[in-house]
Parts: sequence; structure tokens; C-alpha cells
Amino acid sequence: MTDLTISIQDLSKKFGRYPALNGVSLDIAPGELLALLGPSGSGKTTLLRSIAGLEFPDQGKVLFDGEDVTFASAAARRVGFVFQQYALFAHMTVAKNIAFGLDVRKGADKPPKAAIEARVEELLKLVELDGLGKRFPSQLSGGQRQRVALSRALAVGPRVLLLDEPFGALDATVRKSLRKELRRIHDATGVTTIFVTHDQEEALELADRVAILNLGEIEQVGTPHEVYDSPASAFVCGFVGEANRFEGAVTKGRFTAGSITLAAKGVADGPASAFVRPHDLHPAKDGLAVKVSRIVLQGPLAKLDGHTADGRHVEAAFARDGVEGFNPGMTVKLAVQKAHIYPPT
Amino acid sequence: MTVQTADRRGSASGAAARTSRHRSSWRRRRSAIPGFGLTLGVTMALLSLIVLIPLTAVAIKAASLSPADFARVAFSERAMLAYRLSFGAAFVAAIINGVFGLLTAWVLARYKFPGKAFIDGLVDLPFALPTAVAGIALASLYAPNGWLGAPLAKIGVTAAYNPLGVVIALTFIGLPFVVRTVEPVIAHLAADVEEASASLGASRLSTLMRVILPALAPAWLTGFALAFARGIGEYGSVIFIAGNKPYISEIAPLLIVIQLEQFEHAGAAAIALVMLVASFVLLLAINGIQAWARRFQA
Amino acid sequence: MSTQTPVRGHYASEDPLWVKVVVVTLVALFLTLLLILPLVTVFSEALKRGVGPALEALGTYDAVSAIKLTLTAAAIAVPLNAVFGVCAAWAIAKHEFPGKSILISLIDLPFSVSPVVAGLIYVLVFGAQGWFGEFLLEHDWRIIFALPGIVLATIFVTFPFVARELIPLMQAQGAAEEEAAVSMGAGGLTTFWRVTAPNIRLGLLYGVLLCNARAMGEFGAVSVVSGHIRGLTDTMPLHVEILYNEYDFVGAFAVAGLLCLLALLTLVAKTVLEMLHPGVKTRSAH
Repeated sequence: MTDLTISIQDLSKKFGRYPALNGVSLDIAPGELLALLGPSGSGKTTLLRSIAGLEFPDQGKVLFDGEDVTFASAAARRVGFVFQQYALFAHMTVAKNIAFGLDVRKGADKPPKAAIEARVEELLKLVELDGLGKRFPSQLSGGQRQRVALSRALAVGPRVLLLDEPFGALDATVRKSLRKELRRIHDATGVTTIFVTHDQEEALELADRVAILNLGEIEQVGTPHEVYDSPASAFVCGFVGEANRFEGAVTKGRFTAGSITLAAKGVADGPASAFVRPHDLHPAKDGLAVKVSRIVLQGPLAKLDGHTADGRHVEAAFARDGVEGFNPGMTVKLAVQKAHIYPPT
Repeated sequence: MTVQTADRRGSASGAAARTSRHRSSWRRRRSAIPGFGLTLGVTMALLSLIVLIPLTAVAIKAASLSPADFARVAFSERAMLAYRLSFGAAFVAAIINGVFGLLTAWVLARYKFPGKAFIDGLVDLPFALPTAVAGIALASLYAPNGWLGAPLAKIGVTAAYNPLGVVIALTFIGLPFVVRTVEPVIAHLAADVEEASASLGASRLSTLMRVILPALAPAWLTGFALAFARGIGEYGSVIFIAGNKPYISEIAPLLIVIQLEQFEHAGAAAIALVMLVASFVLLLAINGIQAWARRFQA
Repeated sequence: MSTQTPVRGHYASEDPLWVKVVVVTLVALFLTLLLILPLVTVFSEALKRGVGPALEALGTYDAVSAIKLTLTAAAIAVPLNAVFGVCAAWAIAKHEFPGKSILISLIDLPFSVSPVVAGLIYVLVFGAQGWFGEFLLEHDWRIIFALPGIVLATIFVTFPFVARELIPLMQAQGAAEEEAAVSMGAGGLTTFWRVTAPNIRLGLLYGVLLCNARAMGEFGAVSVVSGHIRGLTDTMPLHVEILYNEYDFVGAFAVAGLLCLLALLTLVAKTVLEMLHPGVKTRSAH
């Protein structure tokens, strides 16, 4: 439906002395659903707001289809923005909230009243809130407010939909169902969508691609699969998914940290960190000796907590029947199937 | 900070603007919300024209006096006694308000009792009541033949037409400052802090002394300073009850009026300058207290 | 003060009953002496010789022109103040800029200036010996000892009222709703009228109410610039002073009573507003 290409070029922004963005470049494909993932203070919201025209960078450019919009007003960019706390107009009904963007247009641009009403109805249906148009935001649940905010942003037919921590204020169950909803709406409208989140699970589940930010810089951009399986940096590996982290050193292609040794092909000699995902550890005849301190059954999975002989904490996860015969106190051998080793940054 | 970077980048975006179709949208922006220039402009213009520039007239006029003349007017014995009365009475009144204002704030924030809404509304009376009205009412109340003045006279206390009258008027004026500054802090003082203190074995008294009062200290000091500052400059409510006897019950603002009535504008400006400097020092102190208090409230 | 033997329903954060009784009694006594008795005095003195003389005092030519002048001055000063307050709050609460806290302090400045000094500054600027004295004389424009001076002095002493009310309110509301409106294409005025104004309505009304009470009641500043010309430049509070100094106590207290009613009305309206909208009462006192 839309075919907007967004290009971010070398964007930098400081708040006082604190750098929020530091030379960020990113290209967003038409119709894509992209997640900006990072811890708080990583600059993800500043980046989103710079795309929206709610924040203006000190340096760099924002291009919409090649046109420089870095300092264009939010209105001129025709973006839809969903705020973290929704920012619904409390004194307007749901329908008035959704109609606002069309209602404030002037002259020939303003659609006739009936057309606005029809559009509101259509959007209410899209977000499954039919019949609630006459309510006020205060009469809605958190999840319903979020849907109103979403349809309000969509009403103006935005070229790109931008969402700032869209599920941040909701409880866990509502979050999960709204996540699916957002994916469905994105697929139905085809609008390019960028959302900010600090929840890696949310980003991996929902997005086509994930951009991971840390301290104002992009660490990696890739599909959920890519960032999980081939993390580009120690930060990404630690932030996306769970991992055991071992501090040690690499000498001649081998990583050593106490009793742990791992193959480290192509990593330069010197101090290094190794990351091993819990599910990349398997019970085996030969491997890392781990003294079991606790075993927790979680659905189809068994999670094992333990320590190596020199006191390093290890977590492993494998199919439930894999732990048969394991008991706290005993020492088991775990083979490392895959490890990510990074020199210090 | 933003301004500096904006200036630094200004030429770069300006150059790019010439190549853009949307020239106006290319202007370097600082904020997404419009109207900043207009509203700040109106604010600065009115502030300058009505407040700041006229205030400089005081300093300029006072500077027309030679240092010796300035000292003769601004630091004469009569003026010094007037400052002493204005500052002293304002200080005593602020102390009285510090005690009773704190109690009133505590009662309003914590207790439920019949007539509370009435008291709550009444506390703001000194804000709403014209000072001249307060002045004549207090004067007749505390006059030697007044409802309160007569019994006080019997026990040998002269309230009206005496420094004590000034204290009474300034107490009236200053009360809401302490109450309204402290009350919200008491209301927001989480009950769980007191419960924690009690659960750790503190008695109610030591909870009060060691947990509650220290938490209220910044707000209390702010309220005290606001009441004090207002008292120093107060005029309308005081002149009726003070009696305005030179060297005894004459307040500093009245001296300005007297100088003006004698067309001694420079003399009036000299005394006004002394009072303005005192006000600014107090204002700085209040800001300092609030900055200090913010460290605990983050 | 001891809570050694906890009574049922007695919380750690609650004072014992006897403390409550003592404290409430003390406060009630203090407020009666300080606030209620003066209030009663005003009406009792005004009505000392019955309702007739009091009303008569209010009906004199001088009293009526004082009432008119007070209303005129307030009618100019208060709306101007509201415009200033909204502008200042919009710039300060919805935008970031360096020097903001200094600007807020400067807006508050008139609160810490003696009313007499507030009047004095306009005498120094516009008076016969002032900066523009000769210029004004040449053109026969009167500012001091005339309505413009009274209005200026009133604006000065009420300057921070509306801004002080709106700045914390609008800061607390944040800028997200305005950003939402702007991102949907609304312009500055549309955003203000359709999104911001409904949110600050009550706060604005509250500020205007307090501003109006002070504007109608101001004495010190207006006294300096008015010249006390009976029937011409006397406002209600100044008229009270004149009558009082002439020992016309019934007249003085009758006009004072009218001002008192205005103050009480303001307090009632303020209380109603606070009940309707608890958030309207901002954190610090004026």
C-alpha cells in the first residue's frame, strides 16, 4: 500500500552533554515492520522521534524516499505516531480522537463529515472497538486505549507508523494479545511500521527486522533469526536471549576461562568473553563438569543451575527427559554445542 | 546547549535549504510544538516592559545621589530603626506562622473533623482579603477600646499603635504561605515511612522528631522565607495598626511613601534599593532551599 | 505519645485522640483570633448603626466612582495577565530552552517586591520628575495620578498569578497530547484551542480568580501612583483608607465589607473549583 523508503544517515543528537544518538545510520524498506530494541538510554526513542519530526538532530539526515525531511514538521511528514502513554485527548470521545487528524485539515483537504465518520467506523472495526466511539478514553481499559491510539494514528493514512513502547504500560496478557494484533493490522494495512521496545522477546516475535541500539549507536540490524543466532557483538549476545557469560582469554584459537575451554576460531589472542546459550549445553559423556545446584521443570523444558569446579555459575536448558537421573549435588558433564566469543570492546 | 549546537549547525542546514523544494520546512527547528518564538517573545516583552526595566529605575535614581547623600537617606537613624522594625517584626511573625502554620497544615492534611472544609477555605483569607481591609479590621480589633485590645490593655499590653501591632498584622498576612507550602508535603509524606519507623520500634514522638519533621524541613523553610519576604515589604495591612510613630512603629515601606510625599524621589529610591536588595537575597535563599530540597525528592 | 498498647484501628501513622483534640483546639483558637475576629469586626463595624447608613455610604458619588475605577482597572489588568500567563506557560512548559529557571524566577519577582516599591518604579519612570515626565507633560498624557498608572501598578503586583498557576499544571500534563495533535497535522492555534485549552481551563480560571481578588484589593502600589483624588483616582481600598482617616468608620467599614464579600466569594469559588478538580491546586503557595 505504501512504498516509503526511510533512510537515516549519520544521525547524532545530544541532550546537554549526554549523547542520545551517535552517528546512527539505518535504512528501512517499504512495508517493513522494524523493531528498535535497546535498554533505556540507548537512544531508541530519540531515533523514533527524529523520524517522526518530534525531535530534531544536531547532525545527520532523515530521508523519506530520498527527500530530506530532517527539519520538516511532524505534520508535513505525514507520520502516524503512537505514544507510550497513548496521549489520547481526555476531553474528546474515542470517535473524536480518531477523527482529529482529518478534522483539523483545512479547505479542500478536509474530507466531508460523512467521509470522516465512515473512516472512523472503519478504523474502529479494524482495531475491534466497534460501538465504542462515543466513550471517553477514561472509560476504556489500557488495551482499548492503546487500540484507540493506534487507530487515531492510522486515520490520517500515514506514510509510516511509529510506535513508542506501544505495549509498555500494559500487563503481560494484554501485551501478548496486542502484539499479535499489531502484526495483523500491519499485514492488513501494509504500512511501514517502526516500533520501539526494550523487550527482546517482543522484538523477536513481532518484527521483520530488529535494530539493536546501545549507548546511542546501532550494534546490529538483522532478522530476529540473525540477531539471535549470529549476534554481532557481545552486547547483542547478552541482550538478545539468555546466555552464560564467561570471562577469559584466547590463545592460539582456544578460549580458556578456568576449567572451561572452547574453540575460538578467528578470534585474536587476548582477553575475551564467551557466551553460551543455555540450550546450547547438552548432557554428554565428555564436556564441562558442572555441579548441579537446582533443577526446575518449565513445561517441556528442564532448566539446570550449577557451578563449575572453579565456581562459575552455569545455566543450561534442555528437553525435559534429558535430566532424568540428575539430582542436586551431583556433578554432570555438559557439552558446549555452540559458543560466541568476542574480544573486549 | 541546544542553542549552541543550533548555531553551529545553522549554516549547514541553511546551505541545504537552498536546494530543497520545501524551503520553509527546512528551517532549523528546536521543538516540534509550534508557537515558541511568539509566546516567549510576548513573555519577555511584557516582563521587560512592566517589571524589569521599571525596576532598574530604582537603581538609576538612587545612583543620582552621592554616596554620602545616599547613606544619609538610606541609613539614617530613622531608616535603620524602620528596617529593624520591618525585618524584626516580619521575622517574629514568620516564626509564629512557622509554629501555628505547621500545626494548621498538619490538621488539614491529616485529621478529619467537622468544619475542616471551612478552615481550609479560611486559611486563604489573607490572600483574598484586600490588605487595607485587614488593616482597619485589625486596628479596630486591637485598639485600646477594641474587642481584643481592651482586655489586653487591662493586663498592660499595648497591641495597636506599637511594634506588637506590626507583628500581628504580618502574622495575618504570612499565615497562608507556611500552611500552603507545608500542607502538600505532609499529605504526600507516605504513611509507610511512619509505619516503617514504628515497625523498627520508634515511638510516635521519635518518629515525629526523627522522620517527619526532617522530611518537612525544606518546605517549612520555604514557607517561612516566603512569609518573611512578604512581611518585609507589606504596607496596607500594617499602616493602620502600627500607629506610624517615627523611631518606634514606622515601617520601611512607609518611609518610601513619606519621601515620595515630600517629592524626594531619589531618597525614596535609595530606601527602595535597600529593600530590593534584601528581597533579592531572600529570593536567592528561597531558590537555594528549593534546589537543596530537590536533592531529596528525586 | 506512647503507642505501647495499640488500640484497635489505631495506625502507626495516626496520632492519638488526645493529641488530635489538643492540636485542633489550638489551631481553631489561633485562626479565630487571627482570621475570624477581623472578619466579624468588618461587618459589625459596618452595620453598627444598621443597614441604612452602610448602604448610604456605598451609594455616595465618591464610593460609586471608586467602585467603577476598581472594576475598570481589574477589567484591563486581569485579561492582560491571563494572556501573559498563558504565553509564559506555553513557552516554559511545552519547550526546552536554556535559562528557563531564571525566567521562572524573574516572573515570580513581583511577589518579592514591596507593593510600595512597585508603585514607586512607575513614579520614577512616568512621574513629573521621571524618565518620560517632560515628554508626557508636553503631550498632556497622564499616567501617574491617573488610570494608566493604577492599571500598571495593578498588573505589576498581580504579574505572576496566572503564570504560576499554569506553569506547574502544564508541566505536569507534559507535551505528548500537543505532540500527538501536531503529528496529525494540527497547527499551533488549533492545537492550543482544541487540545491544550480544555486541559488548562480550570487552572486558568483558578489563576484568574486569585489574580482578580488581588487586583481589586491592591492598596500599597496603587496608593503610590493614584494621587488620592476623590471621585477620580480613588479605588475602593484607597477609599476605605480616606474614610477611615476621616473617622467615618461606618463608611470605611461599609466599603471594606463590600471588598470582604468579594474576598469571601473568591474563596468559595476557589473551594468549589478545588472540589471539582483536585489537581488544580498547585504545590506551592503564592
